[in-house]
Formats: sequence, structure tokens, C-alpha cells
Amino acid sequence: MDLKTKALTKSIWVFHFAAASCNNCDIEILDAMTPKFDLERFGMLKVGSIRHADVMLVTGAISHKAAVRLKRLYEQAAKPCLVVAVGCCACSMCIFRDSYNMAGPFDRLVPVHAYIPGCPPKPEAIIMGVVKLVKALKKG
Amino acid sequence: MAKTIIPVGPYHPLQEEPEFFKLLVEGEKVLELEIELGYNHRGIEKIAESKSYDQVIFLVERVCGICSTSHPIASVNALEDLADIKAPERALYIRSIIGELERLHSHLLWLGLAGHFIGYNTVWMWAWRYREPVLDIFERVTGNRQHYAMMKVGGVRRDIESDDIPEIWKMVDGLLPVIDMFKGAVIDDPVIHARLKGVGILTKEDVFEYGALGPTARASGVAIDVRKDDPYAAYPLVDWQVITQEEGDVFAKAVVRILEMYESIKIIKGCLDKLKAVGGEIDAKVKEIPPGEGIGHHEAPRGEVFHYVRSDGSNRPVRYKIRAPSYMNVPTNQKSVVGGTVSDATITLAAVDPCYCCTERVAVVDRKTGKKGLTGQDLIKLSQEKTLRIKRHIGMMKE
Repeated sequence: MDLKTKALTKSIWVFHFAAASCNNCDIEILDAMTPKFDLERFGMLKVGSIRHADVMLVTGAISHKAAVRLKRLYEQAAKPCLVVAVGCCACSMCIFRDSYNMAGPFDRLVPVHAYIPGCPPKPEAIIMGVVKLVKALKKG
Repeated sequence: MAKTIIPVGPYHPLQEEPEFFKLLVEGEKVLELEIELGYNHRGIEKIAESKSYDQVIFLVERVCGICSTSHPIASVNALEDLADIKAPERALYIRSIIGELERLHSHLLWLGLAGHFIGYNTVWMWAWRYREPVLDIFERVTGNRQHYAMMKVGGVRRDIESDDIPEIWKMVDGLLPVIDMFKGAVIDDPVIHARLKGVGILTKEDVFEYGALGPTARASGVAIDVRKDDPYAAYPLVDWQVITQEEGDVFAKAVVRILEMYESIKIIKGCLDKLKAVGGEIDAKVKEIPPGEGIGHHEAPRGEVFHYVRSDGSNRPVRYKIRAPSYMNVPTNQKSVVGGTVSDATITLAAVDPCYCCTERVAVVDRKTGKKGLTGQDLIKLSQEKTLRIKRHIGMMKE
């Protein structure tokens, strides 16, 4: 494991990108950070700028207007930056795949490293997703 | 002094959802506010036209995650109005219990976020911690922490079992000292008084002018609440009050929400009491929806949710229309933010408890000319023509 990947597995800082989501996944992400589940005790922090982030969490199906911003934000990220799709909408677009305002599946716009399904995924599921991601990184 | 534009958003660390505010400022003073939406638009009304009535309820549940039972309740109200169905009494109580549990979790969530916006992170962490028991009850009763899928045309999908009732009772009883604590930490705190009193005032006239709804209107002294004004579910069957405050500032909005939580607990307890005595079916077993149109509403934690549905007798709606409360509440920021300082802008913008995923609308713009496909005037004209056409079609107007 090179130094960059090793550094990535410690104290993951996340940036949260809400595309066209219904808020629920966003709330569950915040929920995972607040006292009951408390991901912050592992050094995980929600940051305000993508330039500080190790992981970008994407929630919701991607509308045309948000797709432009998503690509721009991903280009601004310091690489390596991992992208995680949280919730069914981000994973597969779910019921919104027939909508006229969708820019297509989100993994065609930016590379995705992990999928956390669920509507919305429980905080436990989000934590499990993060654990699996870190384990996969350590394996190489 | 030179005028400056401060952009807030669309992906701003303080906001959970994408929305774009342009603040035109002179020094510290906000002169103008421009709100740009559209990042969240998913075209739910159009998708609803391709789903069967049973599926539509699951779809509208996904309009918004925080008020995720308000839209289904409004939807079943609309469909029951259309088909002239009465849900069994037991189902009505269950609907009200779920609706009020949701109000509890939503108001606690707002309280936490509002604390976060003014830098009072202790309140944020407290509120979100004490919100968890409500979600645990939801998981126990409905099977999911959010998106409960409890509503159904003519009733509810799941019963509240008799051994769940003491659990819910215990949870809401445990919540009472917590709300007392918040009352102490927010209403009686001199720092919060200094920070929030007199900030972002919305007058009674502004409320009528903008058609504001829910706690935003009630904090300005307008006692508007669909649960009282046009009762549905079990709200007329239990005892509770509409909370109002006169000041109209951010502090009054916080007070209204905190005091409303007591009323919610009162309603839940009243309904649980009745639920013990009322037995029978929870579902009227509706087979088909006749042609016609229906309206339904529900007082969501943010204000009145309004649904309109039009049927031609098939198994899918021909037109589905949703109006969420934030659509009326967000423009009131034009009054409450303008004239204040930049530092007060974030909390004032958050004070209406905006929910942009409910509010999103879309405008088609020609990229070459920059012209809007349809302006407001065009839409009014189209809608008038359509009303005439429908009136002629159903024979309300003679040629």
C-alpha cells in the first residue's frame, strides 16, 4: 500500500453532495455523525469544501442542472477522491429513471467506488459501507 | 459604499439541499435577495401520471424525506375525496398518530439545524440525539426509520398492535422532559434572546400578501392550521390547540415549533387512548377509483400540503398536482431577509424551515435566445383556456 492510500484510510473527511434527493439520505448521513451513531469518533468529519475531502458522498438522482455542478466539483477534488453513492436513487435512479429531468445514471458521469443501497439506507448501513470501503482500500 | 453580490450556494456547507441565493449587499446590509431553484426538480407530477393509484402513494412519499407521511396523507385525502370513501375510524387514529410522530421528529430536526446555523452546536447534537427514540418507534411500528409507507386509499397498511401502544406512550412521556429542557435552553436563554429577537420580522400583512403557511404564519399571529380549519383524520376527535405568537421574528418561529411539540404529544396520547377502545377494520378495501377530481390536504410540519388529482376512471391519474408549503414560505424571505444584516441572513433563511425538494419547479429556457419558453402570463392564459375547455367538456358552460 502506498503512502497516499494509507493516508486515505485514516480520518476520512467527507463532502456531501445532494443532487436531486428527497433529503432522507442526507438526514441519515448527518444522523450517522450525531451522538447515537457518532462516526466522528473515528475522525470522520463533514467538510464544507470538496478540496478538503477524501470521500464524496452523493445522494439522490442526478438532475440536468445538478449534473453540471457534480462534474465541476469532482474535477476540483484533490485526487485520490473516492465517490460513494448513498441510497437507491444514486445507485440506480429507482422510480425517477423515467423522469424528463434526469441526466442519466450517476456512475456514467463520475467514477463510483462504493454503492450503499436503501431508501434511505440506515445509519448502520452507511457505517457498514464505509467499513467495507476502508477494508477494500487496505487490501489494495 | 459599493454594492457587492454574495453568492450562497448552490452547494454551500450550511445547506443540506442545493439552492442558490444571491444577496446584494451594501456593507453589512442586505439590499436584495434573489432565489434560484431547480437543482432538485425530478418531475414527480409527470411520473405520477404513469403510475397506478397504489404506486402514486409510494411515489409522493418520495417528494420529501422529512415530511414523508404528509404527502401520502394529503394524497389519500384527495383520492378519498374523489371516490367518496370513508376510512374506518381505527385507521383515522393511526393516521393522526403517524402524522404527529412525524411532526415531533421534524421539529426536533429543525431545532437542531437552527442551533447549528447560529453556532449553538450543543443544541444540534442534543436535538438529534433525542430525535432517535421517535425514529426507533417508527421502525417498530412501520418497519422503516423514514418513508413509512403507512397510508393507503381507504385506510392504512399496518395496524398499531396493542403491545406497541405502551411503548409509544413511554417514548412520548420520555420526550416531555426533553422538550422542557429545550424550552429552558432556547426560550429562557438570554444569549438566544439577543441573537434571535427582532431578527427577520415577518408582519401579519406580509403573511397575507405572500400566503405564508404553517409555523411561519402562526409565528406572525395568523392562526391558520388545516387540522382545525378543515378537519380530517382523527384531529377533530381529540383535544388540542393551535399555537400562535405575535412577534413574527425568528425567535417566535422557534417558540411556535417548541410549543407545537407539546400539542403533538397531546394528540398522540389522545389517539392512543381512543385506539384502545376502537376496534375493527383498518382498511375499507377500495377496488376502483371512479372518474372525477379530488383535493386533499394535510398540515405538514412546515404548513399545508395540497394535492389535486384528476381521474378518468382508469387505474392511473390523468393529472396530479402537488403544492408544498415551502413554495409559499420561501418567497417570504424577500421581506424578512432584506433590510437585515448578512450575519442574520442564514438563520432567517432557515427559519421558515424550507424544504426545497418539495418546492422545485422547472422553467424551460431557449439556450440560443435566453428566452423563457413560457412566462407567467402565458401560463395564466393557458390555464384559463384549459378551465374553459374542461367546463365545456363536462357541460358546465353553454356554447
